[in-house]
Amino acid sequence: MAGIISFGVHVPVHRLSRAVIGQSWESRGLPGERAVASYDEDSLTMAVAAARNCLKHFASKQVGGVYFATTTAPYLEKQNAALIAAALALPEATQTLDFSNSLRAGTSAVSAAINAINSGAAETVLVCVADMRLFAPKSHYEMFSGDGAVAFLLGKEDLIAEVEWFDSYTDEIQDMWRIEGERYIRNAEERFVQDYGYARVMRNAVGKSLKKHGAVGEKFVRFCGNFADPKAIGRIAAKFGFNPETQVDGALNQSVGDTGAAMALMNAALALECAAPGQSIFVAAYGNGCDLMSIRATEKIAGFPFHRRIGDQISQKIMMSSYSKYLIWRDLINVAQTPRPPLVERQPTPPAQWREVKGELVLNGTRCQQCGTPQYPPQRVCMICKTKDKMDLYNFSRVPAKVATFSNDYIMETLDSPVTTTVVDFEGGGRLICDMTDRKLDEIVVGMDVEMTFRKLYTVGGIHNYWWKCTPVRK
Amino acid sequence: MESIKNKVAIVGMGCVKFGENFDQSIDDMLIDAAYEAYADAGIEPNQIQAAWFGNLWSGHTGQILATPLKLSYIPVTHTENACATGSEALRGACYAVAAGACDIALAIGVEKLKDTGYMGLPQTRPNATWSYRLASMTAPAGFALMATRYFAKNGLSLEEGKKLLAQIAVKNHYNGSLSPKAQFQKEISLEQALKAPMVSYPLGLFDCCPVSDGAAAAIVVRADLAKSFRPDPIYVKALQISQGPREGFMNPAYDYAHVEETRRAGAAAYAEAGIKDPAREISCAEVHDCFTITELTIMEDLQFSKEGKAPEDIAAGRYSLQGDLPVNTDGGLKCFGHPIGATGLRMMYEVYKQLQGKAEKRQVKNPTIGLTHNQGGEPGAAVVSVAIVGNEK
Repeated sequence: MAGIISFGVHVPVHRLSRAVIGQSWESRGLPGERAVASYDEDSLTMAVAAARNCLKHFASKQVGGVYFATTTAPYLEKQNAALIAAALALPEATQTLDFSNSLRAGTSAVSAAINAINSGAAETVLVCVADMRLFAPKSHYEMFSGDGAVAFLLGKEDLIAEVEWFDSYTDEIQDMWRIEGERYIRNAEERFVQDYGYARVMRNAVGKSLKKHGAVGEKFVRFCGNFADPKAIGRIAAKFGFNPETQVDGALNQSVGDTGAAMALMNAALALECAAPGQSIFVAAYGNGCDLMSIRATEKIAGFPFHRRIGDQISQKIMMSSYSKYLIWRDLINVAQTPRPPLVERQPTPPAQWREVKGELVLNGTRCQQCGTPQYPPQRVCMICKTKDKMDLYNFSRVPAKVATFSNDYIMETLDSPVTTTVVDFEGGGRLICDMTDRKLDEIVVGMDVEMTFRKLYTVGGIHNYWWKCTPVRK
Repeated sequence: MESIKNKVAIVGMGCVKFGENFDQSIDDMLIDAAYEAYADAGIEPNQIQAAWFGNLWSGHTGQILATPLKLSYIPVTHTENACATGSEALRGACYAVAAGACDIALAIGVEKLKDTGYMGLPQTRPNATWSYRLASMTAPAGFALMATRYFAKNGLSLEEGKKLLAQIAVKNHYNGSLSPKAQFQKEISLEQALKAPMVSYPLGLFDCCPVSDGAAAAIVVRADLAKSFRPDPIYVKALQISQGPREGFMNPAYDYAHVEETRRAGAAAYAEAGIKDPAREISCAEVHDCFTITELTIMEDLQFSKEGKAPEDIAAGRYSLQGDLPVNTDGGLKCFGHPIGATGLRMMYEVYKQLQGKAEKRQVKNPTIGLTHNQGGEPGAAVVSVAIVGNEK
């Protein structure tokens, strides 16, 4: 049976206190805070971030497929998974698929990956799930939801956890939906959604799945849910022998928010981070029906090289100073424009983007075979020894780096002023100029350690301009 | 290799008042600059045999010049070298006259930046590697990178560094207050400069030159004919240019505390002009102070100050109007702004007037050799033009 080789999570560093949202509307906020994808993040870049965390120590593993799941795909036509595979520098034999439109999109992708692996169609599949759903300002769900991503490398060998079973039930109900051209998710009356949607479907699906496999709540260390608040999830779990106090973890709800299609799997990742060999985790993802999974940790979980644990990511945060910043980042408010040169003057063109897919987009430079000097962007004539066409591709995206110099620019039109222009020097050679993102101004100094992160520079002419920025190294 | 030294001379120059010339078109500025130069040289418009036209953002070909001046089907070469465009127009005209292709040539530069409808410089660039991936780097940010690193390299605190740069702004604003054609003609205090809002950390408002309109022109002739036009022609001693291969953007060996192209162009120009000790032999210099940090590093890169010693020399007033080597006697880019295509020729206009003893309240004592330094691009990826002229053959 297929299982998990590795996993990684991405929680955006920016958090908005729910109390601050409440104050903005002169109403009571929920407790805790929600994660807010930075102005230069979207579901695709968050998926790449989670995938890079997942592959951090597994770069040598051949990835046979990239399955991307989200309800908030940056491109509605043009495959997003292909762009993720390109950003991760994966080969053309990678099977790329997009899954969408449902809060079960993430678990659907896992199901498809398991089937592909079990049937022998793929050795390994990288499932990337990310969401940043938009609810109307002042709505309950705006506070309740959050942005985040998770990635699982699934395969047959070297597993840290096995998928013991996967069940799926469908259910047609108009509880939450969004049609083309609308930005905000609509929902039916709250009691109907919770009682006749979530509770009814879950009672039925969880009961049937457990019965089918002869299992009870005591078999598991965690019940990993989504959609409802931890108390409501606990009420369902309690009916099947789970202890809501110890087996339902509300940490993500409290500090990140419900991350849509990624939520149940992020809860599963959180459970895996503290699972001992032999322990099982129950996953129940709601959304027009329910997907249910049992995952059992193997002995290999004990020595697993976790990279950027959820707990660390939750605690390493930058609190947003105001709700209006969130409104600006999500383009929900018209603010005065400085009369600066229009971005359309810097519109990327498809031919130039295409030429750079295997170079700049991946952060590939070249290394001279003659003198060994790494250089970015890819060069044909070496800048040091001038040798022509004797170059190997050289990837900078994971090379440790330091700040050579920087400036903080207050006149560039940006959603997160100032723009921190940074000259980045890589260990072993190579230099790059880019923006620094997710930084506190007072932490920036010449010589500080930075790492590279895949971001959206801006969108113009219907084209998302993705590239790399540097960011302070965080645990 | 032959040198340009003493082969050509400048016998007439013109320069409009620089500034936010909302009431003037590009045609108005070209006509005013050209006709002032014609009058200064004592020539009629139809005596011009060829023209070199410097402009970055107003369109293509020499038609932009030929149309308002009604040039009579003579050769016009449109030159572009980013912020060093004005010097490039002069260089082309000088080489053509030296080659014997013509005897009387017009070099003219213009930029109309205040018709764009927004603040700052236009962003259009050809679809080169950096164009859409490095879209957020403004001109001040590119130079602020050098300030951050210069401070770090020389052990200056932010306060010390800011104060050092403010002294340059105060000096140039004083000089600007004596320049009738400058955009800014007001003195500022050190405190004003230090308290100004941040533009690109660590550069504040008074560390940056404004965005302006302007035009300037020169009449270039064979040196042996020069005195038939006027008794006090200015002779070209050196015209050098260094185009960097953008190495500073890619090579960590670049220290970001100097501009390599300035060092190279300066050294080449001194060799061409036969100057052994630039710090003593040069009477006055107009340099590309697009930002105060640029003027600071130019002092070292052109060997006016020893490496790391510019801060001392600046504090001692060496580059002020009364100092040993007055720099930016007209107020520089700080007070004239930077109409891209015009700046190099505006610099030469000031040096020309100084060497003729016609700089009025700004006049330096008995000058013999003047220098202009005109830089395009940013630290790490620049093109630098250095010209040296003298009032004796």
